[in-house]
Amino acid sequence: MRMAIRRAFPFTIPILLGYIPLGIAFGLMLENVGYNVIWGIVSSIFIFSGTGQFIETGFLNWHTALYEVALITVILNSRMMFYGFSFLERHRLVGACRYYLIFALTDETYALLCATPTPTDVTDRDFMLAISALNHCYWIIGGVIGVTCGALINVDSTGVDFIMTALFVVLAMDQQKAYSTNEPAIIGLFSSVSALLIFGSDKFMIPALSLIVLLLVLRRKSIEAKLGNEGGRGRESEPTAAADAGNDGRRESADGRNSDHGHECGRVHESESEGGRDE
Amino acid sequence: MGTNADAFMKAKVRADAMNDRLIYGIMLILLMAVLTYGARLFPYLLFGRRDRAPSIIVYLGAVLPPAVMILLIVYCLRDIDILHYPWGIPSFASIASVFILYRLTKNNLIAMIFGTLAFMVLLRVM
Repeated sequence: MRMAIRRAFPFTIPILLGYIPLGIAFGLMLENVGYNVIWGIVSSIFIFSGTGQFIETGFLNWHTALYEVALITVILNSRMMFYGFSFLERHRLVGACRYYLIFALTDETYALLCATPTPTDVTDRDFMLAISALNHCYWIIGGVIGVTCGALINVDSTGVDFIMTALFVVLAMDQQKAYSTNEPAIIGLFSSVSALLIFGSDKFMIPALSLIVLLLVLRRKSIEAKLGNEGGRGRESEPTAAADAGNDGRRESADGRNSDHGHECGRVHESESEGGRDE
Repeated sequence: MGTNADAFMKAKVRADAMNDRLIYGIMLILLMAVLTYGARLFPYLLFGRRDRAPSIIVYLGAVLPPAVMILLIVYCLRDIDILHYPWGIPSFASIASVFILYRLTKNNLIAMIFGTLAFMVLLRVM
């Protein structure tokens, strides 16, 4: 595990640089509404959601009715519902600790885990755990700093949160290399920009995600064919190729390393027959 | 005697308010924690128990990441007003610098840190 943390740490540096100032901002807001550091720690440990916790400080201040809190939290987090789909197979192989990995699947952790191949000398399980736990720690530490001494920090750090945007840009570029078609990315761009223009900046995420899913499903044949051709496979094995494209990218260096991979391939191959039946 | 009772009532009201605050806070955090986790757990509740997910879900899981990555970039830029000064130039120029630097140097940290510094400077001079 120590090895996994050492391997994972360099990948998490951008998130460290992003989560600490964001956590500080949360801590400052919490301190402003009169709650102490214990509330900050408990929130950051158990909620672990940036926007969620910013709004939490508002709720604490206004004593918002709990049913409203529930509604807003669900709406706010509904994009997270889509993230697990990319990890269903990968998480299946890691045992009970997947419940923590699922809990810690923030936007940033999702992006990082999708785009980063696991190094060859650690297991996928340890690597994912290390990435998730490190990010969780940064978030908690940022919050603690914010509540306890945020008021003392006088540096004008406006704009430092751009590091998250930069991280997503770099990860998108990394990820593009792992795919033999850029159609999913184009669908992503088209859907998010059009949803943003139609629904406005505070409620475009769900329409955008729904449009992405819809277009990806409609274009399934063509996308799977493009992914499949790259792998030199015939049309019969399209679903396999599609599943491989996701896995190969982040596991290219992991090939043949651990039994997990063979296991996963076994699972993926089963989908050939099932995919055939579906069509 | 009257003032004593008043003081007692005031203290009681204050204690009740403290108590309310504590209970509300605990309930709030509990509720938000459960619902946030619930959202992240959603796909697993749907498909986790089956031996394997349907092939359409496997497909979606494989092709969603590149689309979502672009969505997250747009999400970061959602509040830019391109019709008015500075027309989002700090953001777009910094993203371009991240893109070019990462292409040239292959070093993600250099690209990200330089891009962020560029953004912070542009934000202040524009």
